[in-house]
Amino acid sequence: MTDTINAGITHGLYTEGEPIADTKAPAGPIAQMWTTRRFEAALVNPANRRKLDVIIVGTGLAGGSAAATLGEAGYNVKSFCFQDSPRRAHSIAAQGGINAAKNYKEDGDSVYRLFYDTVKGGDYRSRETNVYRLAEVSANIIDQCVAQGVPFARDYGGLLDNRSFGGVQVSRTFYARGQTGQQLLIGAYQALERQVAAGTVTTYTRHEMLEIVVVDGRARGIIVRDLVTGEIETHLADAVVLASGGYGNVFFLSTNAMGSNVTASWRAHRKGAYMANPCFTQIHPTCIPVSGEHQSKLTLMSESLRNDGRIWVPKNREDCDKDPRDIPEEDRDYYLERIYPSYGNLVPRDIASRQAKNVCDEGRGVGPKVGDFRRGVYLDFADAIERLGKAAVSEKYGNLFDMYARITGEDPYTVPMRIYPAVHYVMGGLWVDYDLQSSIPGLFVAGEANYSDHGANRLGASALMQGLADGYFVLPNTIRDYLAKGPFEPLSADHPEVVAARRSVESRTERLLAINGERSVDSFHRELGQVMWEYCGMERSEEGLLKAIDLIRGLREEFWRNVRVLGAGDTLNQSLERAGRVADFLELGELMCIDALHRRESCGSHFRVESQTEDGEALRHDDEYAYVAAWESTGGDGFGELGTPVLHKEDLVYEAIQLKQRSYK
Amino acid sequence: MAVTGLVFVAFVLLHMYGNLKALWGEESFNTYAEHLRTIGEPMLPYRGLLYVTEAVLVLSLVGHVYAAYTLWSRAGNARRTKYEAVKRASRTAWMRWGGTFLLLFLVWHLLQFSIVKFSVNSAKQGPDIQQNPYALLVASFQVPWNTLIYVLAMVALALHLSHGVFSASQTLGLTGTAAAYRRAKLVGHAVAAVVVIGFLLPPLAILFGIIK
Amino acid sequence: MNLTLKIWRQPGPRHRGSMQTYKVTDISEDMSFLEMLDILNEQLNAKGEEPIAFDSDCREGICGSCGLMISGKAHGPERTTTCQLHMRSFTDGEVITIEPWRANAFPVIKDLVVDRSAFDRIIQAGGYISVNTGSAPEANAAPVPKQHAERAFMAAECIGCGACVAACPNASAMLFMGAKVTHLSELPQGQPERDARVVSMVEQHDHEGFGGCTNVGACSQACPKGIPQDVISTLNKDLRTALRR
Ligand SMILES: Cc1cc2nc3c(=O)[nH]c(=O)nc-3n(C[C@H](O)[C@H](O)[C@H](O)COP(=O)(O)OP(=O)(O)OC[C@H]3O[C@@H](n4cnc5c(N)ncnc54)[C@H](O)[C@@H]3O)c2cc1C
Ligand code: HEM
Ligand code: SF4
Ligand code: FES
Repeated sequence: MTDTINAGITHGLYTEGEPIADTKAPAGPIAQMWTTRRFEAALVNPANRRKLDVIIVGTGLAGGSAAATLGEAGYNVKSFCFQDSPRRAHSIAAQGGINAAKNYKEDGDSVYRLFYDTVKGGDYRSRETNVYRLAEVSANIIDQCVAQGVPFARDYGGLLDNRSFGGVQVSRTFYARGQTGQQLLIGAYQALERQVAAGTVTTYTRHEMLEIVVVDGRARGIIVRDLVTGEIETHLADAVVLASGGYGNVFFLSTNAMGSNVTASWRAHRKGAYMANPCFTQIHPTCIPVSGEHQSKLTLMSESLRNDGRIWVPKNREDCDKDPRDIPEEDRDYYLERIYPSYGNLVPRDIASRQAKNVCDEGRGVGPKVGDFRRGVYLDFADAIERLGKAAVSEKYGNLFDMYARITGEDPYTVPMRIYPAVHYVMGGLWVDYDLQSSIPGLFVAGEANYSDHGANRLGASALMQGLADGYFVLPNTIRDYLAKGPFEPLSADHPEVVAARRSVESRTERLLAINGERSVDSFHRELGQVMWEYCGMERSEEGLLKAIDLIRGLREEFWRNVRVLGAGDTLNQSLERAGRVADFLELGELMCIDALHRRESCGSHFRVESQTEDGEALRHDDEYAYVAAWESTGGDGFGELGTPVLHKEDLVYEAIQLKQRSYK
Repeated sequence: MAVTGLVFVAFVLLHMYGNLKALWGEESFNTYAEHLRTIGEPMLPYRGLLYVTEAVLVLSLVGHVYAAYTLWSRAGNARRTKYEAVKRASRTAWMRWGGTFLLLFLVWHLLQFSIVKFSVNSAKQGPDIQQNPYALLVASFQVPWNTLIYVLAMVALALHLSHGVFSASQTLGLTGTAAAYRRAKLVGHAVAAVVVIGFLLPPLAILFGIIK
Repeated sequence: MNLTLKIWRQPGPRHRGSMQTYKVTDISEDMSFLEMLDILNEQLNAKGEEPIAFDSDCREGICGSCGLMISGKAHGPERTTTCQLHMRSFTDGEVITIEPWRANAFPVIKDLVVDRSAFDRIIQAGGYISVNTGSAPEANAAPVPKQHAERAFMAAECIGCGACVAACPNASAMLFMGAKVTHLSELPQGQPERDARVVSMVEQHDHEGFGGCTNVGACSQACPKGIPQDVISTLNKDLRTALRR
């Protein structure tokens, strides 16, 4: 195996640096750590808090909740988002639910079980200490949200209801029909607006962060573009929090919102923040299949559908273009139930997705042909409708069925839905320690933007939990310890580092507008997406990844020579916004491929064809890869020059949980 | 707006009830007109209650029109650039232009039957007609164009009321459930239907010579 | 299918705008309305004309970013958001007029993009429950009868898109505001601030320059989430109760 690691290095794709020795988790038993940390974190005198400025980029569940909470505590918070209102952050789109170890169902749930499930679901590539804390604060999230008026589903007795979600055998998911993310985000948004009214938080909407200001090794501010006037503004502070979400849009087609991007994280990465496990990408099994080449995004159908829907494809290829209702029971292959009898349709996402790809690769997919294959499998509610009645099914999933019907023009109550996997979430992100602090002091990272809790695969309903845990409960406690050292030396906008950061943003913008080439921004993005999906998607191989790296480099070179961005810099200019984001995706894509190439094992969402068991399941190599790959950039501020990334390994130590080969059979 | 509107609704219903007396002949109708003036005697002076009612109605009218005017101009300010794609006339248009028409009609109506008491029927003129409410009524509605004005006014009133009654219930917060909401819509239509039919029976009866 | 599009173009907030005519060809029925506009924008870009600015983000009908007046109807002919509207709702050869939301409280920023921050300020005026992080009681301590929970949820579905304002002949935001008031008033947690909330939200609404409600109902018909008009009645009732106290 070692020779192939060297292969990456001999290709000159990366070098290896010092391992990460300390994650700053306090000593002691895992169940005591968070209490210890909160106790040991220094306090800030309430009178001093007004004098401490905190910048928070992002108003999703993580950023919105952090801004509200820090505002309540009395800090002077500036909150940024690129949408026209904080309420529109991408978290709004989450459908299925949020986990919490409340054990209201008395079905054997506990903090420990949630912790265990999350580590196992993540295929043992997450950090125990952080995950335990996540499980520990999960119950508080539900209390907080209910108090804010989040209308979770309730039973007839008026108490909160739960449902089960993929990858676990207890019912611990709280939900608000198919709009859980919306309801949670509105809760956080209202808490945020309350602080705006109280004067502790100032919101900057339609503002995009384009650079981070690092002075004397500390994060001290950001450079943003006012998307309406085009003005480049400098904002300085004592600490900066990035809660800017995930970068799934590097694949062009994903379930993420159109605007989701990596720019904030990538700019920080180029200024010294490590990027961890960037290739860990979750491909969600239940999305509406691609219908044509005009497609701008893919739509998720909540995973909760797998509770009652049964997934199948025809046993025989010849049946693939038949009306599914005419295919008799004995000719159907309920492949998940067949291969994984104990979890059946509820296996974790990575497994459900890969099996769907497998059956389609065998030529047993359904729906229209995309290229040579039909890319779709059935998700059938006929049994559920018979068992529960149409009304009950509609009560549970009505809005999802409506959405499906609207998009496809087919009625899922009578014809089975067609689904196919799509890029959905990234486990990778900026590296953070136990305090959620990145490798740049004073730069904290929360929510999907950090890599912390989900290892190589995230369980359903855990991203919302993590975002809110980070924002409401973790970050406000840990950042306090950092802020207690401040206020830091006042900084003026004329400081050379600040001026340089600002200048680099201006010159990038000018450069993008000046190229005036032949190709649109979207065409580059689409092409990048195809490369990523083909070679760095559900299955990865050394050969494919090397090819992808070549293609991406070529594409990036062409981008900086041949992109066409019309319009001016001093008005709303959506092409310019997109161009900046795609430029960063073109760099990130390469790092993702390098990361995928270097990890010659399969784990969770990361499936290397070279590393599988005899029956095609993912095969981990704990002896070599039980670490977090944290990448350091050496690229400086150049346009499209990446430098040679440096790998820092953080060894994963399992004390509370035993490492096991994952099995859902 | 809602309160003043509902005052009108109450008034209109009473007024209609009175008008219907015409169907029972001259005596019935004139007794009713006289009765209106003597209610409450001797506690109240002659026409006492009527004065009070009129005052309430005038105040309501002023309030109603003022409120309508404010809403109208607020709406104008709230959207200074109009849409290019034209939409068909909305309920707001019925209310506003219909209401304005009703205001003009009201002036005409009061001049005709209350303040000046003139007859538009060239064949029937003179103090006998003017002093006798029933006679004036019959004389007026034998003239087709005058009846037409009333028919149009009543259609406008019906439209106004069918939305107005519902709208007032909304404004007063009486329709906070889906069922109450549907009920209010229904009551609006019912009141409108009753009012047009009720008001138009006597004039049409006169026009077609059923009452002479 | 082939279509003629008449689209509002306005270079900036202080510029004058006008309707421009464009043609698009070979549009597939399965495309969403915004994907059709994406195609037009690619064409414009290729010709060297600046693409048309319009807002969208989730393209799933939940974030509330998108919103266009399509041939005189807010979000177009179906009850859904603009991003979830598909081209199968149109016919070959149709002429489609596309305008931004029109309301003085929603000034145009560019082309089809408007500024809806007035909604945020209405929420700031009281559209929340005051509970600091960490001070919440146990979630199941106060059961909420199912019918209240459901009405609260129904009202909380509002996505803040502004279609109600755009469709209202008075450019009133009562449906948006009624939805928030109803959401919070239906819940036990929302009771302590019930009176103050409605009064200051309504004040802010009027201050922003939205029109007064005359219960026309165009809002509810345009609302992609089907928020019913009865939330306005609930608001009115709360307001009356509050003012009486
Ligand atoms: C369709 C869908 C359904 C999902 N369903 C579930 C579910 O049921 N359960 C679950 O647990 N998880 C679910 N997830 C995952 C979950 O929604 C996300 O991981 C989570 O909401 C991310 O929250 P966040 O706060 O980290 O970031 P986001 O909500 O993505 O917010 C990012 C914020 O950062 C801002 N931002 C980004 N870049 C910049 C910049 N450069 N400058 C300024 N601002 C910037 C944005 O404006 C935005 O406010 C789902 C995801 C998708 C796509
Ligand atoms: C005299 C001329 C009148 C004018 C100019 C007028 C105008 C208006 C207007 C503009 C409204 C607008 C509010 C809405 O759209 O809901 C309205 C409401 C209403 N009107 Fe009139 N109106 C007149 C006469 C009447 C009469 C005679 C009645 C009763 C029979 C009446 C009953 C109502 C009622 C009940 C409402 C609803 C109030 C509310 O929603 O709060 N109006 N009127
Ligand atoms: S009430 Fe309906 S139309 Fe109005 S903002 Fe909310 S979702 Fe949009
Ligand atoms: S783009 Fe999010 S609702 Fe249409």
